[in-house]
Amino acid sequence: MLVRGQNVECRRGGRLLFSGLDFSLEAGESLLLRGPNGIGKSSLLRLIAGLIPGNNDAIQHGGETMALADENLALDPDRTLYDALAFWAHLDGRGMDDIAAGLAHYDLSALAGVPVRILSTGQRKRAILARTMASGASLWLLDEPGNGLDSASLERLGAAMNAHIANGGAIIAASHFALPHDFTWVIDLSKAAA
Amino acid sequence: MMRGFLLIIARELRLAWTGGGIWLPVIFMLLVASLFPFAVGPDARLLAATGGGMLWIAALLAALLPVERLISPDMQSGQFDQYLVRGLSDEMIATAKMAAHWIGFGPPLMIAALPASALLKLDAGMLIRLEAGLAIGTPALAALSVLVASLTAGMRSASALAGLLALPLAVPLLIFGAGSLHPGSGAALKFLAAISLLLVAITPIAAGAALRAARE
Repeated sequence: MLVRGQNVECRRGGRLLFSGLDFSLEAGESLLLRGPNGIGKSSLLRLIAGLIPGNNDAIQHGGETMALADENLALDPDRTLYDALAFWAHLDGRGMDDIAAGLAHYDLSALAGVPVRILSTGQRKRAILARTMASGASLWLLDEPGNGLDSASLERLGAAMNAHIANGGAIIAASHFALPHDFTWVIDLSKAAA
Repeated sequence: MMRGFLLIIARELRLAWTGGGIWLPVIFMLLVASLFPFAVGPDARLLAATGGGMLWIAALLAALLPVERLISPDMQSGQFDQYLVRGLSDEMIATAKMAAHWIGFGPPLMIAALPASALLKLDAGMLIRLEAGLAIGTPALAALSVLVASLTAGMRSASALAGLLALPLAVPLLIFGAGSLHPGSGAALKFLAAISLLLVAITPIAAGAALRAARE
């Protein structure tokens, strides 16, 4: 068991978003969270990541490392893309070849020396995904990973997800449109909505 | 864990250096010291009697100068979320921020106090007591800045609010800091150390709680 949720509920601002949600994820499995805007997909990812408190011990982790890719860039705008990613790679204890591999996979190698602040929306999203890939974490938490990506980048995302699963990793992704990956589990949050 | 702590400090210092944050307190201190004689007149005795206290006020305000960029930008850019997902705690992040803020403004301020005390005609004994007081008191000022920055992060007009929150809390520092300037006032220095220790000790916990509350 990598991560398991039992009877998970989520309250934001005093409002119950969903309750009674169960899921369990093993290594090599992926889970897609679906549902309309505001149903609590991002909140569930943040619950799993431990960023917001949930109902007592509903979510149990099996000692996995996590990487979160949401809409926040978290790269210093005045540093070059390579240096900004290198900060996180140092923190993760990863080598510089991991960054290079992540950049190459998302076709960002040519932009490695460019300051983060001048990257476009799609390039920023790819930089976030490249950091996730370089982090070496076993569980990827992807919040709308396909947003802002062109079709070629979307295929690269699919290839990265397939490779991560094949290497024994796990993925929980939230998306309101189809992603190029064959998910093991799909949860429609509107069925658990309060 | 330790590597994360040191990496955060290194990043904060680099940001302070490239953003000009290191020079800001120095320039501020020197500006205050050079403007003060214009306001009260060039009487050396009067300047020497009041200058030390004036430098303490300048140090206090200099600590609050960068309060807007201490916490808020990192909260908005998702930097904290990424730290937390990697298993670092809010308390540790706050401690690293506090340490980095002190390194970035404490020693530069103590160096700026040298020319500033010359401008205000402070004698050698008073300068030594001022530097000793600053060495003890600036960690508390750094802690206070991080604390109010965490409490006000994400609010509108955060810097004005931060000033209003920090200044009452800084009154004891000012009393015992300025009080330690007179000869034979070792007790004031000890009180200053006690308050400094208290602020440095509670800031990681209080700031960590504030950061956690802001996420919900």
